[in-house]
Amino acid sequence: MDQTPEVDGIVGRGNREGARLFRLWFDGLGAAAEEGRDGAYVFVMGSLGELLTAFDLPMVFPEINSLQTAVRRQAHEYLNEAEDIGYSPDICGYVKADVATQRRGGMLPMGRVPKPAIAVLTNACNTYIKWAEIWERMYHMPTYVLDIPASRQDGHPVHRGAPGFERDRRYVAAQLRELIGLLETTTGKAFDVDRLREAMGHANSMSRSWKRVIELNRSRPSLFNALSDGTIYLGVCNGFRGQEAGARYFEELVEELEHKRAHGIGTLVDEKFRLVFVGVPCYPIFRRFTELFSEHGGTFVNSTYLWFASGGTNLGFEYDLKDPIESLAEGVLVGCSDAMDSMFFQTRALDSIIGEFAVDGVIYHPIKSCRTTSTGLADNRRALMELRDVPSLFIESDMMDRRVVSEAQLKNRIDAFFEGLQSRRQQTAAGIS
Amino acid sequence: MNATPLFPEWRGRDLDGILHAAIELLENTDFPTVKRWRESGGKVVGHFQVYFPEEIAHAAGMLPFKMRGAPIKPRQADSRFGSYLCSILKTSLELALSNRVPLELFVTHPICDAARNLAGVFGRNFPYPCQILYLPQNATSPAAREYLRGEYDRVRELCGEIAGREVTDERLRAAIGVFDRNRALLRELYAIKRGTPWLVAAHEAYALTAIAGLVPREEHNELLEAVLPLLRARGTHPQDRVRVVFEGGFCEQPPFELIRSIGRSCYVVDDDFLIGLRWLLEDVGTQGDPLDALADAYLNRSSYSPVQHDPRKLKEAMLLERVRGANAQAVILAAAKMCEPGLEEQVAYVHALDEAKLPYFVTEFEENMTSFDTLEIQLETFVENLLFV
Ligand code: SF4
Ligand code: SF4
Repeated sequence: MDQTPEVDGIVGRGNREGARLFRLWFDGLGAAAEEGRDGAYVFVMGSLGELLTAFDLPMVFPEINSLQTAVRRQAHEYLNEAEDIGYSPDICGYVKADVATQRRGGMLPMGRVPKPAIAVLTNACNTYIKWAEIWERMYHMPTYVLDIPASRQDGHPVHRGAPGFERDRRYVAAQLRELIGLLETTTGKAFDVDRLREAMGHANSMSRSWKRVIELNRSRPSLFNALSDGTIYLGVCNGFRGQEAGARYFEELVEELEHKRAHGIGTLVDEKFRLVFVGVPCYPIFRRFTELFSEHGGTFVNSTYLWFASGGTNLGFEYDLKDPIESLAEGVLVGCSDAMDSMFFQTRALDSIIGEFAVDGVIYHPIKSCRTTSTGLADNRRALMELRDVPSLFIESDMMDRRVVSEAQLKNRIDAFFEGLQSRRQQTAAGIS
Repeated sequence: MNATPLFPEWRGRDLDGILHAAIELLENTDFPTVKRWRESGGKVVGHFQVYFPEEIAHAAGMLPFKMRGAPIKPRQADSRFGSYLCSILKTSLELALSNRVPLELFVTHPICDAARNLAGVFGRNFPYPCQILYLPQNATSPAAREYLRGEYDRVRELCGEIAGREVTDERLRAAIGVFDRNRALLRELYAIKRGTPWLVAAHEAYALTAIAGLVPREEHNELLEAVLPLLRARGTHPQDRVRVVFEGGFCEQPPFELIRSIGRSCYVVDDDFLIGLRWLLEDVGTQGDPLDALADAYLNRSSYSPVQHDPRKLKEAMLLERVRGANAQAVILAAAKMCEPGLEEQVAYVHALDEAKLPYFVTEFEENMTSFDTLEIQLETFVENLLFV
């Protein structure tokens, strides 16, 4: 099935502009590396772009760097290099690709990234913490673990008004103040609250638009593919958080999607099945992986990936700029907590997506590398199937390691799944259920 | 506490008889002590690895049961998990699904990416509360202590509600007293291992420690109080064995048989088996605010593991300290199969031991392993090399 042809300048702009911004960002990192300026190493869940921008620190996302090695089909070289020095085949591939990247002086297929002046991380994934410990040993630079409590139990999300919320928020706010002190020492720059405010204003605008982007995909036909297009959006969402360019990008993206909706332009010419994706994409065969679904007229209308890899931006949370630090604490807490919920307690979120987005099937993609997003998926599938009469597919592979990605096997399973969807639809049409 | 002891089998027996009973209890995958506790109307808190403030459950009159998997087949649990996961997750769930260990509360911790998911997995399978207890990963933040105290307070409320009994400060202090005694006894057991390892074999010390997670601590105290003097008086003589530290047993436990076979060729003079039971290194004390005292002890007077981040505890430096403290000649660096934090830490340990010119033996294990022949041969070769060069 072909993608929709571009009908005028606005359609496809988000993808083009996303690629351009990504390139720009990366060129900026390359320039920083050449000039010997160090960066802030951060992660997608709780990157604190607002704060780091205010300190003019170039932001390096090692997860994104690593996935780029996979998309560009060079991950195996990096993985092998890390495994040669003792890292197990059974640990997160992102970590290993990054270890090799650091050993290569920051060299990546897309260019070079600077060394870390500081690493700021959250506990949204425990591997973040182990990963930063590796850098500490390599570079002896400061790292700051922003410890973020999240939901303690399914159905008890962290939000204003929930018991203990204020205690959690105070903890995060206290840590933010410590971090600001550390950033001042590390960069030699005084903290400027107005710059933080400005960055938070841009983040507000981005959140507003990002939420709208996701909502707009309820349209039939759906306007973007949550997996392929969604990954481009996520790149901008992370790399340009707190920046004017990021805010503008998402405003324009909303405009594009509204336009597509008004003109009935879908992401596929002939959308047959609306799917939701649970987990992390398969980057070693990224384009092909999406095609395996789109060839059957299947498109991903939403995904848990858009939720957790945007660090909770999907909620549309907006900061109160009158009280920036306290409000930043609340936003980080709520956003990261939502990201964690979408990995550990996703049943409710999936249940509502299935209804609101008129989903025909759920694709679970647990991967070898990532226990954070994969451990509970088989059980989640079982629970969701008890709750909802919706077909699902469970396919295992990896987001980095092509040794465990078998395209032929995936294709067989996916083809069979669509056959099932098709016959189910025919039976429903014929009144047999 | 229960009037009738849950584990009476050791009473009135000589040292060998006591050790035999302890090992039998440990190897019994029907968990008879939990059954007996429940038969007398008791409620159980299942807490997953590594550390849980058991004093709180104890003060609520509940049995804190250490969920550390078991050498059983995860028949029902298997379908709840995908591939690429360590075993302890599956067998811990199996204990609950197969009703071997019925619970009133399940608590897990964000020790790793897999374990945190257990709150969701258990929660979808059981009607009782299944929670995450957030232990601080920013241990040196001045705000961490108050935050942790708040977390403990939350657990206190919850346990109180489930048990139908208020967990007063008084009860907490009493529980801390019992546990402080237990910590002192466990320290003594480890002092025997370190100083006179021929008096207690690795697997015997392991069984004696692990029982802490199966019975109320008063009973465990009585057991250790009876056993420690008998061990000290044991007539066994030192042999020419390599003194090793075993590192890598902080979460999934190596098969008991593996520990026994290591003990055949080495003296395991220190280790991190079930480190959560020995996490607090000193008395917590029964004065002042008990939850604050527990929080302070967790943060400031505690052991180390790959799953706690604390810049004051560089793990490889802590390992070297453990090696020196036990006057060990070599290290067995183990990791559970598929254990991300364990495997990652192994790389750092290897580098540190290389630098310190300390010999080490690297291995992976799985709780369901049944054949140790190859490993035993490799280990023997390692030991011979050390003894004869
Ligand atoms: S374990 Fe998963 S969430 Fe964590 S860094 Fe690796 S891929 Fe990302
Ligand atoms: S054995 Fe390792 S991976 Fe498994 S639950 Fe424990 S810490 Fe996590």
